[in-house]
Amino acid sequence: MAADIRPKRPFRWHIAIFLAPAVLVYTAIMILPLAGTLQLSLFRNIEQHQVFVGLDNFRTLFGDPNWSVNFWNALRNNVWFFIIHMLVQNPIGVMLAALLSSPRLRFAAFYRTAIFVPTILSFVIVGFAWKLILSPLWGVAPHMMDLVGLKSLFTPWLGKEEYALTALSLISVWQFVGIPMMLIYAALLSIPDEVIEAAECDGITGLSQFWKIKLPLILPSIGIISILTFVGNFNAFDLIYTAQGALAGPNYSTDILGTFLYRAFFGFQLQVGDPNMGAAIATMMFLIILGGVCVYLFLVQTRLRRYQF
Amino acid sequence: MTTKLLTALLLGTSILGSAGLAHAEDVTLNIESWRGDDLAIWKDKLIPAFEAKNPGIKVVFAPSAPTEYDAALGAKLAAGSAGDLITCRPFDKSLELYKKGNLADLSALPGMENFSPVAKSAWQTDDGKASFCVPMASVIHGFIYNKDAFDKLGIKVPTTRDEFFAALDKIKADGTYIPMAMGTKDLWEAATMGYQNIGPNYWKGEDGRAALIKGTQKLTDKDWVAPYEELAKWKPYLGDGFEAQTYPDSQNLFTLGRAAIYPAGSWEIGLFNTQAQFKMGAFPPPVEKAGDTCYISDHTDIGMGLNAASKHADAAKTFLSWVASPDFATIYANALPGFFSLNSSPVKMADPLAQEFVSWRGKCKSTIRSTYQILSRGTPNLENETWVESANVINGTDTPEAAAKKLQTGLDSWYKPAK
Repeated sequence: MAADIRPKRPFRWHIAIFLAPAVLVYTAIMILPLAGTLQLSLFRNIEQHQVFVGLDNFRTLFGDPNWSVNFWNALRNNVWFFIIHMLVQNPIGVMLAALLSSPRLRFAAFYRTAIFVPTILSFVIVGFAWKLILSPLWGVAPHMMDLVGLKSLFTPWLGKEEYALTALSLISVWQFVGIPMMLIYAALLSIPDEVIEAAECDGITGLSQFWKIKLPLILPSIGIISILTFVGNFNAFDLIYTAQGALAGPNYSTDILGTFLYRAFFGFQLQVGDPNMGAAIATMMFLIILGGVCVYLFLVQTRLRRYQF
Repeated sequence: MTTKLLTALLLGTSILGSAGLAHAEDVTLNIESWRGDDLAIWKDKLIPAFEAKNPGIKVVFAPSAPTEYDAALGAKLAAGSAGDLITCRPFDKSLELYKKGNLADLSALPGMENFSPVAKSAWQTDDGKASFCVPMASVIHGFIYNKDAFDKLGIKVPTTRDEFFAALDKIKADGTYIPMAMGTKDLWEAATMGYQNIGPNYWKGEDGRAALIKGTQKLTDKDWVAPYEELAKWKPYLGDGFEAQTYPDSQNLFTLGRAAIYPAGSWEIGLFNTQAQFKMGAFPPPVEKAGDTCYISDHTDIGMGLNAASKHADAAKTFLSWVASPDFATIYANALPGFFSLNSSPVKMADPLAQEFVSWRGKCKSTIRSTYQILSRGTPNLENETWVESANVINGTDTPEAAAKKLQTGLDSWYKPAK
């Protein structure tokens, strides 16, 4: 643009034009469907017509025990699903990244790839593979436990109410542990050597170097990973659906918000789908995730200290 | 926007589809179906048989994928491009189409008299006054057993419950075979092959089912709790880790010869015949005392109706009357062993296992699954809850009484029987 027209400050079209593709695409595939869902949750199908009912669907969801029991059960299960990920997936991810970034480790590239590969597998493959591995009839798990004399510890985990959800959470951890590992690994690599050398000069080496120098520097990355885990877990659906089916058995013990939403929205077997109640559940999921992300953004992230090098 | 696009696409395909047939002067009837598996049977056997008898009418079988069928059919009906003949899902899905005016009333169709009221119940209005689909096939529940295993252990085919459990005990004591191949992982096995299989003997088939719909019986009554009590007794006879055993696992356990008895639906016959290397037999759900009337679940599964907007309604009715005839029944039942014609006139079938299943119709009374008509319209859905509770009863999570109480409470919350 010519510099001489600047004093008039004309409308800067190029900003709009450069933003347009992203804004249009994002609006079309994210904002409109989201608004549509929120709108759908305020209506109800009465005699083949969509009638505006205000917050009645939410009243049903929380007031009618036929819905609320399932909703709270799904939410509780979802929280447990998230807790397992936070307690198992992320610490293991950090640990693996710390090991990988150790300069003395041989075959680091191989481990990195091998651990990351499950992440790119389809849920369907993961679900079926683990169902087979853990199968009491032809699975390798009972056989291998037999080899080390631990057969008595084997139970059909996926079929037991008390273990199924934890087992599935751990399968999901197995699949996704590569993501925190990669992010932390990148964060660890970006720590400048001067900082490490300075620490070494001060006599801080080994494990205490990790706790005192590296960990504070990668905390922002861990924060990001936590929030990604949170969003991913509360949107989860695929693994439960492929491993346990839409009824999330046994006795709804693996039912999470995603499967509950699926059954309500699309129906299942003889149950006819109810898009309006489904949208109400989807709205609740949206609000839960929004709330979680806000807590993180306003309470946690602002307090994280950042270091400039 | 997507609906319009879909409609446009569907319209496009139907125009292209009919353009190819325009050279024929004859009336062409299109059949909508989800049974893509049956394409060869229709093309090679059923349609030629019909066309030979009815010159001037051509029939095209045009199936879509099972998971897409309901949505695609709905869009086509709305756009006016649906075929003349529509394969009917049982109960509410077809009833809804009839109420919307998409399916024509077929109560007066010649050939409908060939079907019993139970057979027609899946495609009738709630009051039973109007029928809108010709019943085509049903599946029957019972037990398939490994004949070689029974011979080896010297077990007679059980007819009473005591004999049944004695047989199970004997198989268990011997230890060669898992007494019964069933798992609770997929839930529906417990409900469909378990509860709905043995239940009719307790609730007296149609009598109990009708009483449940009328509200004169409850799921907490003795007749409805008793099948759960029997199911709870099955637990020790199932294989190790049955809690995580899926439906394909059960099928494989049985066809590999590792299990002696398989609580079955007749649709297994086709697969089992090709996979099992041993002789098989079947017996109906055992009754309490020898000589008691037996009841079987003879569940209506598939029918065919007339698109109310069809331009060739007369030709389509000719075809439907043929579908209602014994001719059709014979070809269909033999091509698909395990899917039995609902026609009242007996059909000759070559497959011995299928013959055994269908022979029960002569000595037992038929009923359909108790949860399918009317009772699964609300939330919570009775059929789905029955899956969960049946699995719970076998797993020992719930007592039979607790399970029945949960089901009845759920049903009471939305179902108010007409007084």
